[in-house]
Amino acid sequence: MSGTNVASRMRGLAVLAGVAALLPLVLVNNYYYEVAILVGLNAIVCVGLNLLIGYAGQISLGHAGFFGLGAYGSAVLTARYGWPPLAAMAAATFAVAALAFVIGRPILRLRGHYLAMATLGLGIIISIVVATEDRITGGPDGMAVPPLSAFGLTLAGERSWYWVIAAVLVLSVWLALNLIESPRGRALRALHGSEIAAEVAGIDSAREKLRVFVVSAIYAAIAGSLMAHYAGFITPAKVTFFHSIELVTMVVFGGMASTFGAVVGAAVLTTLPQALTVLKEYEMAVFGAVMMLTMVFMPRGLVPTLSSALNGRRR
Amino acid sequence: MARKTWFAALLALWIGAVQAQEPIRIGSFLAVTGPAAFLGDPEQKTLELYVEKLNASGGVLGRKLQLVAYDSAGDAEKARTFVKRLIEQDKVDLIVGGSTTGETMAVVPLVESAGIPFISLAGAVVITEPVKKWVFKTPHTDRMACERIFLDMRSRSFQRIALISGSGGFDKSMRGQCLNVAATYGIQVVADETYGGGDTDMTAQLTKIKANASVQAVLNAGFGQGPAIVTKNYRQLGMRAPLYQSHGVASKEYIRLSGGAAEGVRLPAAAMVLGDKLPAGDRQRPVAISYIKEYEGRYKQEISTFGGHAWDGLMLAVDAMRRAKTTDKAKVRDAIEATKDFVGLDGIFNMTPKDHMGLDLTYFRMLEVKNGDWTLVP
Amino acid sequence: MSAQFLQFLLAGLTIGAIYALVALGFSIIYNASHVINFAQGEFVMIGGMATVSFVGLGWPLPLAIGAAVAGAALVGLALEKFAVEPARGASVVSLIIITIGASILLRGLASILWGKNIHAVPAFSGDVPISLGSATLVPQSLWVMGVTLVIVLLLSWFFGRTLLGKALLATSHNRLAAQLAGINVRQVLLVSFGLSAALGAVAGILVAPITFTSWDVGVMLGLKGFAAAILGGLGSGPGAVLGGLLLGVIEAMGAGYLSSAYKDVIAFVVILAVLFFLPSGLSGRRSTERV
Repeated sequence: MSGTNVASRMRGLAVLAGVAALLPLVLVNNYYYEVAILVGLNAIVCVGLNLLIGYAGQISLGHAGFFGLGAYGSAVLTARYGWPPLAAMAAATFAVAALAFVIGRPILRLRGHYLAMATLGLGIIISIVVATEDRITGGPDGMAVPPLSAFGLTLAGERSWYWVIAAVLVLSVWLALNLIESPRGRALRALHGSEIAAEVAGIDSAREKLRVFVVSAIYAAIAGSLMAHYAGFITPAKVTFFHSIELVTMVVFGGMASTFGAVVGAAVLTTLPQALTVLKEYEMAVFGAVMMLTMVFMPRGLVPTLSSALNGRRR
Repeated sequence: MARKTWFAALLALWIGAVQAQEPIRIGSFLAVTGPAAFLGDPEQKTLELYVEKLNASGGVLGRKLQLVAYDSAGDAEKARTFVKRLIEQDKVDLIVGGSTTGETMAVVPLVESAGIPFISLAGAVVITEPVKKWVFKTPHTDRMACERIFLDMRSRSFQRIALISGSGGFDKSMRGQCLNVAATYGIQVVADETYGGGDTDMTAQLTKIKANASVQAVLNAGFGQGPAIVTKNYRQLGMRAPLYQSHGVASKEYIRLSGGAAEGVRLPAAAMVLGDKLPAGDRQRPVAISYIKEYEGRYKQEISTFGGHAWDGLMLAVDAMRRAKTTDKAKVRDAIEATKDFVGLDGIFNMTPKDHMGLDLTYFRMLEVKNGDWTLVP
Repeated sequence: MSAQFLQFLLAGLTIGAIYALVALGFSIIYNASHVINFAQGEFVMIGGMATVSFVGLGWPLPLAIGAAVAGAALVGLALEKFAVEPARGASVVSLIIITIGASILLRGLASILWGKNIHAVPAFSGDVPISLGSATLVPQSLWVMGVTLVIVLLLSWFFGRTLLGKALLATSHNRLAAQLAGINVRQVLLVSFGLSAALGAVAGILVAPITFTSWDVGVMLGLKGFAAAILGGLGSGPGAVLGGLLLGVIEAMGAGYLSSAYKDVIAFVVILAVLFFLPSGLSGRRSTERV
């Protein structure tokens, strides 16, 4: 597992920050910046989701719901009620955290596929409500979102946004790494190993699971708010269970229980469709095949498999 | 000195030749897969077919056309990314695309700030009202569809109607427009039911409408398979009030899917749906017949109105480029805005600085299904 | 009022029967391998679309149906052999991703092979509506409900009386013990996938005359089938059938009496509520966790 001591954590973080700082050298036009920003936004959600799936061993097939609520919360408060964007983002995030807290308690009593279904159902309920209440949300055709402005400055243009997202991502990763290594984080990992054993050791598994659920929801909500302001437009497409599945795939693909794996997974699966457009109508079939083959041959995900291979250890 | 000028002239000639080789790039983003695939698929096929044909007959302004098309799957965020790609990476001269309203509206800020002409293929009235400098559209708006239907209803003295619509963007937008304009035609909407996008049975909703004795006609604002299921359920329940559909299902496919249940259904549509049933003097007749022959000949598939929107978009753009004699974006935009009396598949276009849609109700025909085929309602 | 109720009920039972078949497919695979096959919905799609193709070639309907079901079963076997078997031992989440990838692959291939249009399938015995009191029914609905009933009976005979069926059941209870008893677990896995695929295909063919079929019908039906399987209790055959019928009826009643826009929300809220009180579904077996 990567990041098991302070030095290697800092190393990984330094690499990430370095990549983020140097990447603009190869981003030749705004389209490339756009893809990089999308990677960053997905990565933020995935880092949070990975805490839930990879470390706590739970599953959520409805995280696009939290992402969407963050996005629509920001959109509606700023566009329809004229709130300042940062206040709207804070309010939306707080509301999502509250929702996750309230609904998390009963939901997390479920296990395995039942939990998957419950989170799936939750995500679908959110997406239907968002698409139906068109007077507030603009319905399936979506709504425009004012740009992010604070203290008299407006954040506009791909380049400025790139630095903001990169900074937020590095911060998110740092927070996640610290959380994992904290006593609470260790409790989390114990949960994953065996919930019963963890409880025997005195860990309140229900509370820890709830905490992680809420934290991952907060990550998703913040990413959602940022996306809404960046794109200047939001539609229910990002709230569907397709997007939830995409997010889980990124986490698993990159490597569960690996924060950097989550970032890598987001990077690969966000850029892959762009690269596959040359295949035109074969794109969907090829994408599905790639997903399958990667999981069949690298079941632990990209980063853990590669790092074991690099370390010369074969499990 | 003569050598220098000779060399400069050669260089200029060479650059000119290279420029001339440079194809005119037409960018497109369409919902070829995903829930709106039956919009984007015929649109893409039409664009591909006609770009090929234009190139075969010498191209435009002496240059070949190159189509750069991406599949947005009806997702507004994907559409935005692809439009950025088209503008920044592929450096297209013009964009014809946007199968759905959501995708179109999401990219409007991008084309406005980049200053590139954009002809949308989507339906809602918000696309061109209020007018945006660089944004045009070809299909009739959903409000026009409502107005055309209400005109027909009024002529049959219907005053109280029921509305049933789906949950998609097109459905909701059209429903909203119909509710807005109904009163101006003396029509009252006494029942308003909805169904979901993937729903397979609307008997529950129709049963409720059937129970309302004051309903004189029913309007189904939808497209895709929903209206076909509504139509079948309608007959199954033995409902008598005349059924109207939207222009979104003006295709033989709808008639086929509904089986015999579509008899007597009326809807507004562009002329191309009638093909050679159009009267002899009709100005749209030659254009419609030619398109049907080409499309069905190539793809062995029936035409759909959505392909027609794409044809109009492409041809309007080409016509504008020819009139402007350049691909300079601002000049082409001006030329599109100055389009007069352009015979398209959706109608005859007359654009103005205040009207970037270019059509009124004149060429929006009312059709009725008789004996399993479309007929023109006089 | 009661005429409306009957109409809603009939609509709900019809689509509920389809959900039941899809849910059975989920349960059978889950029992044999503890994998949730998210590609189950695609078998439904293959059943309908393949039938359309074969009918288009001029084949008589019964032959087209048989070939379509066989084709879907083959795809199911291939899925097990090439995707699930090599990945055995991977975590639950990885297997979910594999089957999701398979579903995307199948949908992509379907869109290339069959195009994006919506297709109608001829009803088995015409579509003159039948009156039942003041409610109406199309004959195809009777086919749906009738065939589903027959299949459920056949399956219970299969699992209860045949050796292969009992082997499948034994594997689902305890794989190790089944292996020790001499059961070829690999074969059991293959059979379970083939059987589920066939069930899905039958569901797709039965319902296509009512709902049409196209390259992406599998997504929603798969999702609802999964929900029904969970509602009834994963791994329980009768649970799957009960879950399917219940889900269909709740949807229809929700649309009829409460709100047609929110009918899916109503259905999922009910499912969530059931899960909160009965964490293993309506008739789910309580699984014991080894410490």
